[in-house]
Amino acid sequence: MPKGSYEAKRAFLVTITYALIIFFAISMVMPFLWMVSTSLKDINQVFTMPPQWIPRPPRWENYLQIFELMDFGRYWLNTIIVTFGRMAGQFIFCTLAAYAFARLSFPGRNLLFFLLLSSLMVPFETLMVPTFVLMKELGWINTYWALIVPHGLGAFGGAFLVFLLRQFFLTIPKEFEESAIIDGASPFRIFWSIMLPLAKPALAALLIFSFRGAWNDFTYPLIVTNTDNMKVLSLGILGFKGLRAGMTQWHLMMGAATLSILPMILVFLVAQKYFIEGITVGGLKE
Amino acid sequence: MFGKLGRYKYKQWFWGYLFVLPVMAGFFLFMIYPMISGIALSFYKWPGIGPKEWAGVANYLKMFNDAHFLRAVGNTVYYTLGILVLGIPLALFWAILLNQKFLKGRNFFRLIYFLPTVTMMAAVSMVWKWLLSPNYGLVNYFLGLVGLPKVNWLLDPKWAMPGLILMSIWKGTGFNMVIFLAGLQGIPKTYYEAAEIDGATAWHRFRYITLPLLSPTTFFVVITTMITSFQIFQQAYILTEGGPREATTTIVFYIYKNAFEWFKMGYSCAQSVFLLLILILATLIQWRIQRRWVHYA
Repeated sequence: MPKGSYEAKRAFLVTITYALIIFFAISMVMPFLWMVSTSLKDINQVFTMPPQWIPRPPRWENYLQIFELMDFGRYWLNTIIVTFGRMAGQFIFCTLAAYAFARLSFPGRNLLFFLLLSSLMVPFETLMVPTFVLMKELGWINTYWALIVPHGLGAFGGAFLVFLLRQFFLTIPKEFEESAIIDGASPFRIFWSIMLPLAKPALAALLIFSFRGAWNDFTYPLIVTNTDNMKVLSLGILGFKGLRAGMTQWHLMMGAATLSILPMILVFLVAQKYFIEGITVGGLKE
Repeated sequence: MFGKLGRYKYKQWFWGYLFVLPVMAGFFLFMIYPMISGIALSFYKWPGIGPKEWAGVANYLKMFNDAHFLRAVGNTVYYTLGILVLGIPLALFWAILLNQKFLKGRNFFRLIYFLPTVTMMAAVSMVWKWLLSPNYGLVNYFLGLVGLPKVNWLLDPKWAMPGLILMSIWKGTGFNMVIFLAGLQGIPKTYYEAAEIDGATAWHRFRYITLPLLSPTTFFVVITTMITSFQIFQQAYILTEGGPREATTTIVFYIYKNAFEWFKMGYSCAQSVFLLLILILATLIQWRIQRRWVHYA
């Protein structure tokens, strides 16, 4: 093959690749842009065809209207309380368990770890009824207890976090703890002053996964809450579907969606490195 | 010195049990106990309050004669196949595109493709309800631009499920892409260099190096995607409420309806047990085969 034609072919391939990548990138971002654009229109502009991308003038007051029409602030507050509650619980308890499973030896350790891991096979979707019944027995329906405690103790997906952290603790060389053991340090001291500082990147991954899981959760709060003032964002925004009978207020709905998605996107942009590393290390689904 | 190490052994027992106690307590109380009580409940007739009535295996027999349930299983399989057949090749294709040596801005594009996977499903479902709106939706607008007819996405029983599949592919493909990308980067470069020297075409390199060496990753992606797709619920609940005419009533949606709208708790539990068995089976197959396939080089 003459050199010139090889280069032409290569230039063609490079162009095609870029064109495809950019095409797909635009398709991925477009729904978000359209969401934000719609959220700033007035209701008549929403239905103009062909679509108008830049709302003129942008109606920022739509966002105020969201808070007036619904108890959106309450949904936000609930989501923040639940998210931080679960994060705190998972941060403490999943990390402790991961350390024990990785670095301490005690009878039954492998069996317990295996049991815990196999809970990943059991998604919440298959436990809806018995969970509802249990929460009713505990008197926890419509309480923060129901929304925070089980996940905070690592149920429903926490096993993944334990697994992630354990993999990390396993990679730390034995020498780090040996001299401390000889000095008579207790496992808790070793965990606290040697292991935790070393585990910062893994802990960052844990916090992010924990944040995403709690912030976006839908099915679980749907089952254990039913009053408006206990709703989290994912449930609260559904209220915009039926608002003003018959006609969906698309601009308000998109505004509510924007406000619900935004915190997660910001967290992701800041911490995406840990996110993606966590997935490839764990190699497991949420 | 040995005394201290010996004492450390028993210290480990104490601290070990103490450290795993909260997580194990959560696991037994909030997962094992509900699982067992759910299985038990599947043998009863129970409207959610009052006494339970023993039903034996009646709930299970009913399930397989219930046309609505079978429809839900069919819809779930349809959805899962849609994601497997369209979503996974797309994820691999993206990974290959992003893995090109000459590409600049790889991390930026990876971030863009991955972005939808971290967002709240409930919120993006609302966004897609708007995108798929028949008269003012962006999707139909673009179809019109390239000369295709309008589709009555979520209102037509024939098109509702494709609509959910389309949205779910947008939402989830970036996740599998990241896994594929990690798999691709694990294939030693020397194989490709040797093939190039031998004059292998791009297709041959893909067919005889990439595909076989990527097969453990592909297998992992297929099984995990199958497992998560089988649990599809939110999209059906928010976008279509299971309709139109049950076209998007999935297994979990039907389980939800039975329990929380029709108060057939026992029947709902029997369906949950059925779903759980399928998911466990899929996971066990994955663990078994993965162990044989993965090479820790």
